[in-house]
Amino acid sequence: MKLNSLLADKKDAILEKWFDVIIESYPPDTSNFLKNQSNRFANPAGSAISQGIENIFDELLRGLNQENTLQFLDNIVRIRAVQDFTPSQALSFIFPLKRIIREELTVEIAGNQLLDEILALESKIDDLALSAFDIYMKCREKIYEIKANEVKSMTFRLLQMANLINDTEGHEPDFKGNNKLKIKRGEVKK
Amino acid sequence: MAKKFTAKPDELSKVDYKPPKKGWMDTPAEFKEHTFCWGAKGKNLDAVNFPNARDWSPAEEDWKLPENWQEIFLEGIRERLGKYRSFKLFMDICVRCGACADKCHFFIGGGDPKNMPVLRAELLRSIYRKYFTASGKMLGKIAGARELTLDVLKEIWYYYYQCTECRRCSVFCPYGIDQAEITMVGRELTNLLGLNTDWIAGPVANCYIKGNHIGLEPHTITNSVEFFLDDIETITGIRIKPTFNRKGAEILFVTPSGDLFADPGTYTAMGYLMLFHELGLDYTWSTYASEGGNFGLFTSNEMAKRLNTKIYAEAKRLGVKWIIGGECGHMWRVINQYMDTWNGPADFLEEPVSPITGTKFENAKSTKMVHIAEFTADLIKNGKLKLDPSRNDRLKVTWHDSCNTARGMGILDEPRYVLRNVCNHFYEMPEDTIREKTFCCGSGAGLNASENMDLRMRGGFPRANAVKYVRDNYGVNMLANICAIDRVALKTLMEYWVPDVMVTGLHELVGNALVMTGEKKRTQDLRLEPLPEKEAKE
Amino acid sequence: MRILFSFFAVIALVLSAYAGVKIANLQFLFGVVIPYIAIAIFILGFIYRVLKWGSSPVPFRIPTTCGQQKSLPWIKQNRIENPSSISGVIIRMALEVLLFRSLFRNLKTQLKEGKLVYGEAKWLWLAGLAFHWSFLIIFVRHFRLFLQNTPSFIKMIEGLDSFLQLGVPVLYMTDVVLLGSVTYLFLRRVFIPQVNYISLAADYFPLFLILGIGTSGVLMRYFYKVHIVSVKELVIGLASLHPVIPQGIGVLFYIHLFLISTLLVYFPLSKLMHMGGVFLSPTRNMVNNSRMVRHINPWNYPVHVHTYEEYENNFRGKMKKAGIPVEKE
Repeated sequence: MKLNSLLADKKDAILEKWFDVIIESYPPDTSNFLKNQSNRFANPAGSAISQGIENIFDELLRGLNQENTLQFLDNIVRIRAVQDFTPSQALSFIFPLKRIIREELTVEIAGNQLLDEILALESKIDDLALSAFDIYMKCREKIYEIKANEVKSMTFRLLQMANLINDTEGHEPDFKGNNKLKIKRGEVKK
Repeated sequence: MAKKFTAKPDELSKVDYKPPKKGWMDTPAEFKEHTFCWGAKGKNLDAVNFPNARDWSPAEEDWKLPENWQEIFLEGIRERLGKYRSFKLFMDICVRCGACADKCHFFIGGGDPKNMPVLRAELLRSIYRKYFTASGKMLGKIAGARELTLDVLKEIWYYYYQCTECRRCSVFCPYGIDQAEITMVGRELTNLLGLNTDWIAGPVANCYIKGNHIGLEPHTITNSVEFFLDDIETITGIRIKPTFNRKGAEILFVTPSGDLFADPGTYTAMGYLMLFHELGLDYTWSTYASEGGNFGLFTSNEMAKRLNTKIYAEAKRLGVKWIIGGECGHMWRVINQYMDTWNGPADFLEEPVSPITGTKFENAKSTKMVHIAEFTADLIKNGKLKLDPSRNDRLKVTWHDSCNTARGMGILDEPRYVLRNVCNHFYEMPEDTIREKTFCCGSGAGLNASENMDLRMRGGFPRANAVKYVRDNYGVNMLANICAIDRVALKTLMEYWVPDVMVTGLHELVGNALVMTGEKKRTQDLRLEPLPEKEAKE
Repeated sequence: MRILFSFFAVIALVLSAYAGVKIANLQFLFGVVIPYIAIAIFILGFIYRVLKWGSSPVPFRIPTTCGQQKSLPWIKQNRIENPSSISGVIIRMALEVLLFRSLFRNLKTQLKEGKLVYGEAKWLWLAGLAFHWSFLIIFVRHFRLFLQNTPSFIKMIEGLDSFLQLGVPVLYMTDVVLLGSVTYLFLRRVFIPQVNYISLAADYFPLFLILGIGTSGVLMRYFYKVHIVSVKELVIGLASLHPVIPQGIGVLFYIHLFLISTLLVYFPLSKLMHMGGVFLSPTRNMVNNSRMVRHINPWNYPVHVHTYEEYENNFRGKMKKAGIPVEKE
């Protein structure tokens, strides 16, 4: 576990580089804003990214607790999923971590025969990317689900009203017995 | 024109992809999918006699503009420079200090530099300089001026329909430059060319002909309300009998039609009904003036006035003494800042006095229209309501100040007072995200369509982030507000960003807490879900 | 490009003043004619611009409300940020004009992970305030040149301004502050990408111009002294409409004067008019009382509406069926 302690030593430098790479995927005018404004509420995207990558990195060192990692990835991916990125761009932020680690540890890798450990770490990073892909897809599916729900609840209301129009034309409207509608209404709400 | 996946293969592997640094004037707008609304249908523009009524799509190359569209656009600017000091001044005095740059929720959540308010304004200013100032005519680009080309028109359209007119930038501007004002003019100009979105034009047409945005016809309004009455009877055992279009009532009640149509606004409407019934208020609903909101405001000053006219006209026809307005955001910007000027003086009405407490609403003595939160706060202060806030105990509530009521009116503490009296767990979001600095839901000013969902989600992210903070720290699970668009838009926003937080109107919580005369023992809240403490007791 | 254009424009101005005085001996042109023209353009231009703004009406009452409205008597109103009276507006405007209240809003000192974090915004507010105030004080100090006997309040300002008593002649703090703050305002336009992105040549030009004016002034006072008695003679001559050109004033003075003349001419043509505009801004200088007092729109005109009668005609049958009262059976 030599690698881990080396990584822990270099944590700040690695995270800084990683953050910069992610930020550079935004237009320059934006990237500077994301970088420099430290208020979590004035700059939610920037702070979510910097917090997120630190947590993910810690998890990598600790050995990837599945649940935590997913949560941390989610914080970043959920944002990028609704920004102006293609799917590949949205997830591209994970891979540079490999390069950055190799760059930071060039000397150590050469001297200490860390190759096996590095390879293991890199495949963990690959796993991260795959998880991020799952999350990205979930986010996009959620967007479509939300859209569909908005349309559904609107249509439902319209149908509900249309039904009643028929009722009033024909006979006394049967409000009381309309339990079905109530159940449905509950469904729509959820 | 709309692009789906815009990265070229060679860019995919380039993780340090950075767009080429070009000036904003040389970067035409790229219409990205899920960020803009569909074009207005011809029939909806036709219904209100708008120019260039035809079906069109922003995603297509050809916008079917009239031959002389430049002339129309420029003449439109000239006319408005003469009509609005605000517009003229705001075209001239910006020093581009950048204080507003990071105040816009669309910029914060999305990062597109043209969503910085200053740049959004510059899109139009560059045209103004080119055609209306000496320096712009002579020096051109050096003076920040540029030709009005089709690309420029499209750019203006794209970004002026990515502004929710929330006025947050105006709070931070050293000269009070208000992008909402500029956006309103910009949208008027696009409307001269028939370039509206259907999400706005549809409700406008509906509201003009049928009296409300949703397009509910008179009998469907009463039927919707009947539904609520059934539910209220189920919950309380009391059958309420509200009246519609009743002459001689003391008060006319006007609320956004969304409250009759979409959850969770419907529960808020139930809250109104219960409150008024319990007070024995002599009031009536109207099916003609059945819309408090005003999508005309997102179209043009004239259209907004045409829609707003109905409220006073109906008050006059029915012979009421004054008007109560329901919970809605931009509706109250209109009532506070425009209605009396457009359609007053309301000299056929009386200065509003609460029949229950005798309180004179001094601040509404000319407009004669009182916000329901003012009305209810006064009732509670005078001890006229019996309230059991513990019925809302399963809720940990936070308060979202809606942009229009916060920055175009200033109704901040009345709803908070009501809230504190109807529920026991209330937590404020961080200071920079509430009151006059509140963040928009990201869907205001006619942007709450489905097709622009990505835009809405990122625009609402700063708000959602603050909600997330109070959820994580205090376990907040309910986001309360006084805006019909918020009730719909925030619900969606929460589903994406903070899934376990629900959304409510203020008077839903009032309805829950209100102890009504002759009610049965309540076991359900207004959503027909079991009341927590009853379960515990059983 | 935008920066270089502005920079060289100012350099060209400096050179033309230098050449005009040193080579072509056009002292009268640069010392009398141009300043008079510049002042005339400034005054007339300024008035014209303000009148032109004034000629557009304010159709609606649209203050940006930044606090609690006037409402029920027991709810505490924010009388300044959401004024319902003229006095509230006056205070609001005074805070805005004198202390840059809205920019200050940007400033939020906060404790973050145990240390204080200041945003860039604080610097913008501070530099803006420092710049405008030192400019004003320097402007007032110059009145000593216009008057035979220096009034006591100017002496007092000078005394305060130089209370550090550094160097000979004593150093005015405002000179340092002005140059420092203008330099900062320039640098942030260059180095903060967002601000760089939105900046136009029209933003850099006045900065260079003011930097040029300040630098030439400082050089004159502290380094390459000009003949101050002659300068005063010239200035008083200008002010009393009996222009004279005394001999022996250094060329630096003419450069200084020419840059000031340029600023005066440029002023009413440009964004510098925010000086007048800030007083007219409807979102700040209006009372939020439009529910109490009706605001009149001078161009309010009648519009087409969908009347109740038309509505009832559309829906009469449905209304009757639903039990809604109608006007005509």
